[in-house]
Amino acid sequence: MILDLDRFLREGRPHWTELEEILGRLESGGVLDLAGARRLHWLYERASADLIRLGTFASEPETRRYLEALVARAYSEIHDTAARTKRFRPLHWCRRTFPRAFRRHAAAFWLSLAITVAGALFGGVATVVDPDSRHVTMPWGHDQLRPSERVRQEERSPRGAGKAGDGHGTFSGFLISNNTRVSILTMSLGMTYGIGTIVMLFYNGIGVGAIAADYLLDGQGRFLAGWILPHGTVEIPAILIAGQAGLVLGHALLGRGNNLPLSGRLRRIAPDVVTLIAGVALLLVYAGIVESFLSQYHEPVLPYAVKIAFGVAELCALSAYLALSGRSRGPVDDDDGGDDPDQPFRQRP
Amino acid sequence: MTHLRIRTPEGVEFSLQLAGPVSRALALLADSAVVWCATSVLGSIVQALRWVAPDTAGTAMFVGMLVMPFAYGMAMEWFNRGQTLGKRVFGLRVVDAQGLKLRPSQVVLRNLLRAVDFLPFLYVVGGIATLVTRRAQRLGDVAAGTVVVRIPRPARPDLDQLIGSRFNSLRAYPHLAARLRQRVPAAEAAIALQALVRREEIEAGPRVELFRELADHFRGRVEFPAEVVDGLADEQYVRDVVDLLYRPRGDTTRPTP
Repeated sequence: MILDLDRFLREGRPHWTELEEILGRLESGGVLDLAGARRLHWLYERASADLIRLGTFASEPETRRYLEALVARAYSEIHDTAARTKRFRPLHWCRRTFPRAFRRHAAAFWLSLAITVAGALFGGVATVVDPDSRHVTMPWGHDQLRPSERVRQEERSPRGAGKAGDGHGTFSGFLISNNTRVSILTMSLGMTYGIGTIVMLFYNGIGVGAIAADYLLDGQGRFLAGWILPHGTVEIPAILIAGQAGLVLGHALLGRGNNLPLSGRLRRIAPDVVTLIAGVALLLVYAGIVESFLSQYHEPVLPYAVKIAFGVAELCALSAYLALSGRSRGPVDDDDGGDDPDQPFRQRP
Repeated sequence: MTHLRIRTPEGVEFSLQLAGPVSRALALLADSAVVWCATSVLGSIVQALRWVAPDTAGTAMFVGMLVMPFAYGMAMEWFNRGQTLGKRVFGLRVVDAQGLKLRPSQVVLRNLLRAVDFLPFLYVVGGIATLVTRRAQRLGDVAAGTVVVRIPRPARPDLDQLIGSRFNSLRAYPHLAARLRQRVPAAEAAIALQALVRREEIEAGPRVELFRELADHFRGRVEFPAEVVDGLADEQYVRDVVDLLYRPRGDTTRPTP
């Protein structure tokens, strides 16, 4: 049987046109009152019914494509989630959303830390056993200079290493952009089922371990602590959190212990991954500023004890923030996910 | 798979045409050109700023170079309903894989994961992923639960314009017209209608051949008297047949709303 297409079009067109107009208004940022919302729903149901009717009675591709496009637009408007309409609150995000997302996936953070420590041990042992390996394991040209020689140079310069080039701001910008790029890559490589993230974390660990061993072997441990701690106590955790985000992605891809389909698993963790990487970016901005404006000053300009104390204080503050912030028993927001405040280091099932 | 089929809770099924790798690559090329232009403008501003505040200029350059490509994609896709300038030019849009509205986390994640899709150079990983995944998704799309679709721009169908309202001589034989409607299945009717819709896209020679074959086919279904069909061109015969099939009551005089 062939549908009377002419009549079908004549009867349907006024409603489709009205639906198109309402959708156009909504897509331009307009808002509907209750009567308008009811009308939109009725028109959506009417267009859906027309689409079904057309599919049952006639294979008429042009009209079908038109109606499918219309129903698709209406569907996305009607089934919009309430979460989208929530306003972003930066303070709330810093106080609750980020630390809670961190705690929900704390197991991934500890794994990220373990991989980095393993890399650091490897780098340290490699430097002790085979000093020539420094040319392979040490980044940023650290292999070109013995630590004691570098310390002599740094302490002779009134404002530290003078690495800033055009100035501290430029150096800070360079550090922030480079570290953020590395962090984004570390997180993104989670899409290789976490293998790329593990490699990145291990590789970063090798560099840190090799440099640390080199300085310690050369008797420059105090300088090393004064140089690294002010920015490293924030920068290194930030990269570990980027690794945590990558491992969360990799875990979702593997789907071990989770019955949800892949799309469901990824949909569930995506907001947390974005929250984690946004937190990483903020931490790296802070670390970049500290590294440029504080870490590069050495004795006699700035006593190492002050720098070490500052670094330790930062580490304590960061640990307390990530472990405790937003643990109140108040109502749980949708974007917080809702971790158990009594068991902050348990992963969400 | 070239289409993403979505079934709504109301039981309605609709499809979205997935964008192919070539159109996506062209859109990406256009977007890269936009980002390059924006970066050049930033570079000029930084150069000018260097005379006044060299340190601030240096910071702005490093941070701007990092932020620009990500921020461009995120801002455009969020504020422009899934479309960057390149996607707009090539008629593409990023949508949620379940047909829902894009969420901020989806937009951010799919753009951040360009870092892995770009590897080892020029989006090789992302390109391969779009070829091998069921929904033509790069890794960023897989993680964010998004797909890139072609925007359908179908015109509202208008049979009057297509078939015209000239006198249809076949209507003089209502019993034969009824038999034709009974014997022609929906798929055959759709083929004839599509031949008329796409007539301008077909070159003259093949078009004559196509309508000859269609007319012969429909003549075989029901035989109208010779005095009606003699002298009727093949294309007009097909036009009259479609008119009978799709407008059984023959009312072409009422105005289109």
